[in-house]
Amino acid sequence: MKSTNSISVSVNGQVHEREVESRLLLSDFLRHELGLTGTHVGCEHGVCGACTIQLDGEPVRSCLLFAVQTDGHSITTVEGLAEDRDHLHPIQQAFWEAHGLQCGYCTPGILMTMIPFLEQNPDPSEQEIRKALSGNLCRCTGYQHIVDAVSLAARKMKAINSGS
Amino acid sequence: MKPASFDYHRPDTLDEALTLLNRYGDEAKLLAGGQSLVPAMNFRVAQPAVLIDLNNLRELDFVRDNNGSLSIGAMTRERRLEFDPLIARHLPLLTETMPNVAHPQIRNRGTLGGSLAHADPAAELPVIMLALGARLKARSGAAERWITAPDFFKGLFTTDLAPDEILVEIELPFMGAGTGWSFMEVAPRAGDYALMGVAAVIQLDKEGKCQQARLVYLNAGEGPLEAKAASKSLSGADLDDSAIETAARTASQDEIQPFGNLHASPDFQRHLAHELTIRTLKLALARAGKDRLQ
Repeated sequence: MKSTNSISVSVNGQVHEREVESRLLLSDFLRHELGLTGTHVGCEHGVCGACTIQLDGEPVRSCLLFAVQTDGHSITTVEGLAEDRDHLHPIQQAFWEAHGLQCGYCTPGILMTMIPFLEQNPDPSEQEIRKALSGNLCRCTGYQHIVDAVSLAARKMKAINSGS
Repeated sequence: MKPASFDYHRPDTLDEALTLLNRYGDEAKLLAGGQSLVPAMNFRVAQPAVLIDLNNLRELDFVRDNNGSLSIGAMTRERRLEFDPLIARHLPLLTETMPNVAHPQIRNRGTLGGSLAHADPAAELPVIMLALGARLKARSGAAERWITAPDFFKGLFTTDLAPDEILVEIELPFMGAGTGWSFMEVAPRAGDYALMGVAAVIQLDKEGKCQQARLVYLNAGEGPLEAKAASKSLSGADLDDSAIETAARTASQDEIQPFGNLHASPDFQRHLAHELTIRTLKLALARAGKDRLQ
């Protein structure tokens, strides 16, 4: 019988050891057990993308994983992006400057999806950005400002990587 | 916390997993990528008493060159299929199809074996297994058996797997010289479930006549559907516009059985099948011709 399990998981660089019920979703574990409410919960069946986090560096839906499955793995959430309040991640800065959000509900999932995308595609076309965004629903912006923000983020991240 | 409670097991070897499955039988569900099972559990459509998590079975995560065929482990993630160089070289139809399988966030978790065992008639991978003539290996206890793709898919979300069997490996013959291929689908947005999709594989002889053709459709019935009469009408034929039109009409009007859904009536799905058949065959023909000239 294993309906509860002890897990050890690294979240934003900090190791947490917890006893979790088998059925506890990773999204609920992050929000309720660790208090990391930046990961938002939308549809809870893998369609909206709001709960996207990075598992071992790859974007995945945290509502489609059980917390127990992350035992021994490493997670990054939106809280792990900025160094502090005055030093946002370049993609966060770009979303601020280009008005890439209105209500902000979908934003954390979009950021966690787009960072690996931009790392693999430093110079994406608008079409590629739109395709990469297709797994994240936004009901406010009409997407145009999100596309602009991702494009600005690409330029910022490229500038940083080239050391200028 | 949406899913009903269950007991969780995470075996480290296939033998352990088979022992657990044998012990719990029908009470247990196997957890592969979980991209279909977990939503079903969140809705409580599925309420397994026991979950056997296969994600630690590294022995089922591989792409192996058998010199004439590729073997792919059932727990190989979809994202790996998309970028694997062996697959790109020997099974370009699979490489071309992968970006249509949901979104990257889903493909990062989803597995080949999970998608096949789930047998969703709207899924792309079962269609590709039929189109490429795959065979699938199932293990139960110490026994194993091979199942051909047409025998594996039994209907809506139903496969030939017995309750004590685990799908472990998929073998696909190389797409040889003179083979033309194409996969196309129509979906409301990139990554959504497609309204209709077609895989076309053709084999040309030295004179450029079609030796063999296979047309397979998604969302066209209770499982991946091969349009056998349309495919047969192409063998031995010059693939001119009229032969292609005949095959497209036969497949879309006589053979596929689309159910219709919120976004498309069965008539519209037939229309899409007709158009996609023409487009995939023409692209397949161009690719096969190019291949022959090299």
